[in-house]
Amino acid sequence: MAVATIEAVRQSDAVQLVLSGEWTLATMPQPISGFELRLRDLAISKPGWDLRPISRLDSAGAILLWRAWGRQWPASLAVSSGHRALLERVEGISPDLQPEPSAEPLAWITVPGRLALSAGNHLAGMVAMIGQLVLDVAYLCVHPRDIPWREFSANLYKSGAQALPVTALIGFLIGIVLSYLSSLQLRTFGADVFIVNLLGISIVRELGPVLVAILVAGRSGSAMTAQIGVMRVTEEIDALATMGVSRSQRLVLPKVLALAVAMPLLVIWCSAAGITGGMVSANLQMGLSYGFFVDTLPRVVPVANVWIGLSKGVVFGVLIALIACHFGLRVKPNTESLSARTTTSVVTSITVVILVDAVFAVFTRNLGLP
Amino acid sequence: MVEIRGLCTQFDDVVIHRDIDLDIEVGQMLGLVGGSGSGKTTLLREMVGLLAPSKGTVRLFGEAVLDPDPERRRRLRRRFGMLFQQGALFSALSVHDNIAFPLRELHTLDEAMISDLVLLKLGMVELEARHARLMPAELSGGMIKRVALARALSLEPELLVLDEPTAGLDPDRSENFVKLLRMLQKELGFTVVMVTHDPETLAGLATRLAVLADQRIVACGTAAEVAAVDHPFIRNFFSSGRAAAVRQGVG
Repeated sequence: MAVATIEAVRQSDAVQLVLSGEWTLATMPQPISGFELRLRDLAISKPGWDLRPISRLDSAGAILLWRAWGRQWPASLAVSSGHRALLERVEGISPDLQPEPSAEPLAWITVPGRLALSAGNHLAGMVAMIGQLVLDVAYLCVHPRDIPWREFSANLYKSGAQALPVTALIGFLIGIVLSYLSSLQLRTFGADVFIVNLLGISIVRELGPVLVAILVAGRSGSAMTAQIGVMRVTEEIDALATMGVSRSQRLVLPKVLALAVAMPLLVIWCSAAGITGGMVSANLQMGLSYGFFVDTLPRVVPVANVWIGLSKGVVFGVLIALIACHFGLRVKPNTESLSARTTTSVVTSITVVILVDAVFAVFTRNLGLP
Repeated sequence: MVEIRGLCTQFDDVVIHRDIDLDIEVGQMLGLVGGSGSGKTTLLREMVGLLAPSKGTVRLFGEAVLDPDPERRRRLRRRFGMLFQQGALFSALSVHDNIAFPLRELHTLDEAMISDLVLLKLGMVELEARHARLMPAELSGGMIKRVALARALSLEPELLVLDEPTAGLDPDRSENFVKLLRMLQKELGFTVVMVTHDPETLAGLATRLAVLADQRIVACGTAAEVAAVDHPFIRNFFSSGRAAAVRQGVG
């Protein structure tokens, strides 16, 4: 390929610049900005231009010349008709005249205001969704034929049964770590046997529900948001609506119910794994026998703690599913929005779960403690 | 320009292509036709190196598409543009940034130059400067195709690969789009390979036809040459009323 070249020919009174070779994006000398400066310097003395020897000129080459000429036709120009048409096209470029939206002067007040409004908007959306779910439940009580059993059991399997291994593993490991660290402290006071109280209360009441909630929010919550989001992008939700199928009944309700059922079961499962881990660790670390541990546990951990853990599971499950579905339905049809909404959904559900956990702690402060 | 030799494709047990040879010369506009499921789009994807054939080679501009050297591969990929069926615009970027994307990837142009080039390409596909700030989600079907075309043309490709260029457009828009493509081809002189179902598009654009049936190319040439070949698919294709236009238009 012939490189773009410039040749100055001196005639009697003026300089004639003869351009030849291929003036294309691929063949112009690099860096192009330096080449443009050189052309601009040459253009200052207003020479004549002869473009006829150019074998190929593409739009990048044409724009380069046009800019070197200061966005106007040079006084003396010889050019083939095809290349002139291209240059005329470049002449026709109309820059976007509308000014860029400038930064608002009142950003310090509008930004938090907008945040508050959008938070309020999301809250209203959630309330509307809960209301719709109550209506759906009432409708399904009257028309039990329409209960979406298949979706319910599919969700139960995906977010419940398939989460069993990972929740057991996490619970077991946390139990071991917790038991090991506490036994070091308890031993200095000679209070080894209190490891049972410590592990029992903390895992059954707090750690079990919160751990499972965080795992499920990351596992099933994100999956729900992404699924509903993609269904919105591909217009599947609109297709459902045209078939007269309510999206809240078919998509949201089975997910909410499935998590409301699966979460407490997972909480029990995870707490059991945690206590087993703690028991193994206590046995290895302090020689506490399994029999003693199992005997003592029901005496020092009142059964109310189990109920608190279970009810936390139900509430967290409902919240996670609601938040996931809410953000899924707000996905706009582009990839950026899908990823942003999925992130928001997971972050919001984990934050809300921990907030609600704190509220639980306040309201149950007199319950289940020996 | 394009040279396919002994290409076979097989997905598990299903044979899609068997021993395909195809040549496309500079300046030709080749329409690839065939029944649905005959592997037209697969062949197109193999042509641009999105898919590796099970056997055989594809050479573009005399170089292997799947060259092991990444630098040579990148250089080769800058010499053709592809227009995807659904446009495949980057939905997170505005129209301007979509068209500017391949230009920015060169790392040799300054922003002012890129902006001028983007506006020029927008003008070429008959869109206005104010459209540059829209997001792909705000565009109509016809505009998406135009923006995608502008993006495919942004590096001044020598070869333009079109996958169903007029699918999803109403007849009026599709006719305009075909006119636009023909005008741009005359002006910029690129070679075109396309897959299409639409006889109107074929009649308006293609100078040659290649017919894909029974896992191979059963005919390749001008419409008259193709029509002379005796094959059930070709007979069927040309006997349908719509295709009369093709026979007149092509060749």
